[in-house]
Amino acid sequence: MSYYTATSGRGPLLLSRYAEALFWLARYMERIENLARVLDVTDTFVRHGADRTGWRSIIQINADEKRFNELYGEADAASVARFYLADRENPTSILSSLFAARENARTLRPLISTEMWAQINVFYNKVRTLTEADCAPSRVSGLCTYLKDQCQSHAGITDGTLFRDQGWAFYNIGKFLERGDQTSRLVDIKYHTLLPSVDDVGSPLDISQWHGLLRAASGFHAYRRIHPAVMTPSTVAGFLLMNHSFPRSITLCVHQIEIYLSQLSSGYGLRGAYIAQEQLDELRAALMDQNIDQILSRGLHEFLDWVQLQFIGLQNAMASNFWRKTEQVQSQG
Amino acid sequence: MDCASHDPAVALIAERLAHMDPVELRRRADIAEVELFNQGITFTVYSDKDAIDRILPFDLIPRVLTSKEWDHLERGVRQRVAALNAFIHDVYHGQKILKDGIVPTALVTGNANFRPEMVGLKVPHGTYVHVCGIDIIRDERGEFLVLEDNARTPSGVSYVLENRKMMRRIFPDLLDGIPIRPVGSYGTMLQAAMAEIAPTDVSEPQVVLLSPGIYNSAYFEHIFLAREMGVPLVEGNDLVVEDAHVFMRTTAGLAPVHSIYRRLNDDFLDPDVFRPDSTLGVRGLIDSWRRGRVAIANAVGTGVADDKAIYAYMPRIIRYYLSEEAILANVETHICGEPEGLAFTLANLEKLVVKPVGESGGYGLIIGPHATAAEIAAFRLQLKADPANYISQPMISLSVSPTLCGAKLAPRHVDLRPFAITGKSTWVLPGGLTRVALREGSLVVNSSQGGGSKDTWVLE
Repeated sequence: MSYYTATSGRGPLLLSRYAEALFWLARYMERIENLARVLDVTDTFVRHGADRTGWRSIIQINADEKRFNELYGEADAASVARFYLADRENPTSILSSLFAARENARTLRPLISTEMWAQINVFYNKVRTLTEADCAPSRVSGLCTYLKDQCQSHAGITDGTLFRDQGWAFYNIGKFLERGDQTSRLVDIKYHTLLPSVDDVGSPLDISQWHGLLRAASGFHAYRRIHPAVMTPSTVAGFLLMNHSFPRSITLCVHQIEIYLSQLSSGYGLRGAYIAQEQLDELRAALMDQNIDQILSRGLHEFLDWVQLQFIGLQNAMASNFWRKTEQVQSQG
Repeated sequence: MDCASHDPAVALIAERLAHMDPVELRRRADIAEVELFNQGITFTVYSDKDAIDRILPFDLIPRVLTSKEWDHLERGVRQRVAALNAFIHDVYHGQKILKDGIVPTALVTGNANFRPEMVGLKVPHGTYVHVCGIDIIRDERGEFLVLEDNARTPSGVSYVLENRKMMRRIFPDLLDGIPIRPVGSYGTMLQAAMAEIAPTDVSEPQVVLLSPGIYNSAYFEHIFLAREMGVPLVEGNDLVVEDAHVFMRTTAGLAPVHSIYRRLNDDFLDPDVFRPDSTLGVRGLIDSWRRGRVAIANAVGTGVADDKAIYAYMPRIIRYYLSEEAILANVETHICGEPEGLAFTLANLEKLVVKPVGESGGYGLIIGPHATAAEIAAFRLQLKADPANYISQPMISLSVSPTLCGAKLAPRHVDLRPFAITGKSTWVLPGGLTRVALREGSLVVNSSQGGGSKDTWVLE
């Protein structure tokens, strides 16, 4: 490790432990918001008979098949909602993620605003006391709305109060890394459950199912503006993965990560950020150099698998260059 | 509140309180407790799977001290801190006070908190007790008496500042126009003292607060102080010693650290010197400190000055070093190791509290008025067998302060812990932490046993 030499105009130093906690705080809050969104949309679409495999696919998105089958078996509204909302034993539940978010926020209390801490604290104390009845199928949608609201409050307070030094960059790298990863998982699972067979690629399909996918990513109306007349698997996947303006697309997330990494490298002179930038180069190139039809013809699943590996690589590059890997409260890698 | 006081501000406060609807007071008190909980002004109790936050109950009726009362208290605290520092310096250097027979040598060198590592070590400005909390009570005559010195890592100051903020939010109509001395500069003063003791060859010393971490019950206070001082809160793992210099791990690599306000006990500071199993401390820290490369507050080994045995000698210690009488007297204490003290204690066993000194605190204590004749007879033999191991005090009666109980005001017992910061010189935070025993008749102000706190107002 190198000795820090004083450089002026670059803002205060940031403890490695705080950088890590900011990164994970953002990841967990983003994860909660995504999960609440997917649960809400699934609830709506299954209820309307538009998406029969919906509950099962949430379990696939989170790679929880084994754990879920052991604990619950049948995937329906009641079991999936309980498993993902308030199950303390499930490390991917919203309750577990929120616990982890709050522990990271607790670590960060010297750094973050009182409002930022108090909001997470109140949020957690509410979710901690959710009962089984609160998670009943008839209440899932209302509860998910509450969860999304709270995540958005967090985002707003963070935007309004978090000091814009290097900590802000670490926070945002965590946020966009998680968001990009969640989009890649959502598209990966949904795309294939919605396509009955490879022969159907490009054929007219039950449009409502694609609506569901777009809504799960909060992209329906934006998609409509871009493609008022067309809705094919290819245009939907292309939009979700590669649109430059859609806030949850992988392309946009990767671009944001690049911006914040370059702040860290050029603005704050952190050598570790150059290494993380190199790690991101290939992914950026892969998103720029091909269009969605090329990706689909080469295999969407293979591509998204590879994207997820790139994100894991970035995560590891951040950890090994900026903090040690052993001490963090994490419910899931 | 001193009811005999003619201070117009005191009269105004009393009048405002008298016109306040108790139901409204209750409503505000409930709001305050919810806010404290939501903001995490709490201590945390961890179970297997969860972290439960508890607040220190907050009583919204302030405890008021007049400027005259405070001036006396402040002078007494300064004097006490000066004597504590002089005493600690002496016991780790010439030990004149022991050689002159003022304090028995065995009480000092046989004390588990005496640190041989400290012998001969010079500390900046001769200051060992940079942050001192002195527990003070008031007796039947209204006289302030010292109950205990806290010279290691006294806690509670965060509540002093938070209670004031809370009062401004929920009781502005009580504060309005009352000339109360501010408490908000504590962090600035502590930061300044930490800079004063840093190695002199550093122009802009990096100060940090060293905490045992988020699982420590006082973590809120550590956060609070780090923020108020504007310094990083570090844990042991954030620090590393290389080439006898202390560094913290940052995203830009290792950055030098010059002054450490530690909230970690001596035992855990450095596994090379103290407990080898400590994972909270920093290997090599004490060596770096001894070489003058980093400052540590409070200094190691201050525990030798604040235990029950030494407490009994504090009036003589003050006289010895400062040639002054104690401004704040001790609670009447009889040293059984001395013939008069023993004779008095034996003659009044049924009226006294007799405590063993040294490390065994809590054990082997007898409360005369609550003991049976047989217990007193048995204790008499014990005391005669080893008188030097005991001190005795009368049953201590704490003064009361009006307190909101349910929806009415009632007297409850209080104590006071003023905080003093010492770098080159001593500064005393106006007021201090007033703890209140919320249970009727209780004299125990500790938070673990139904104690709460009040805002403490020192009038101009």
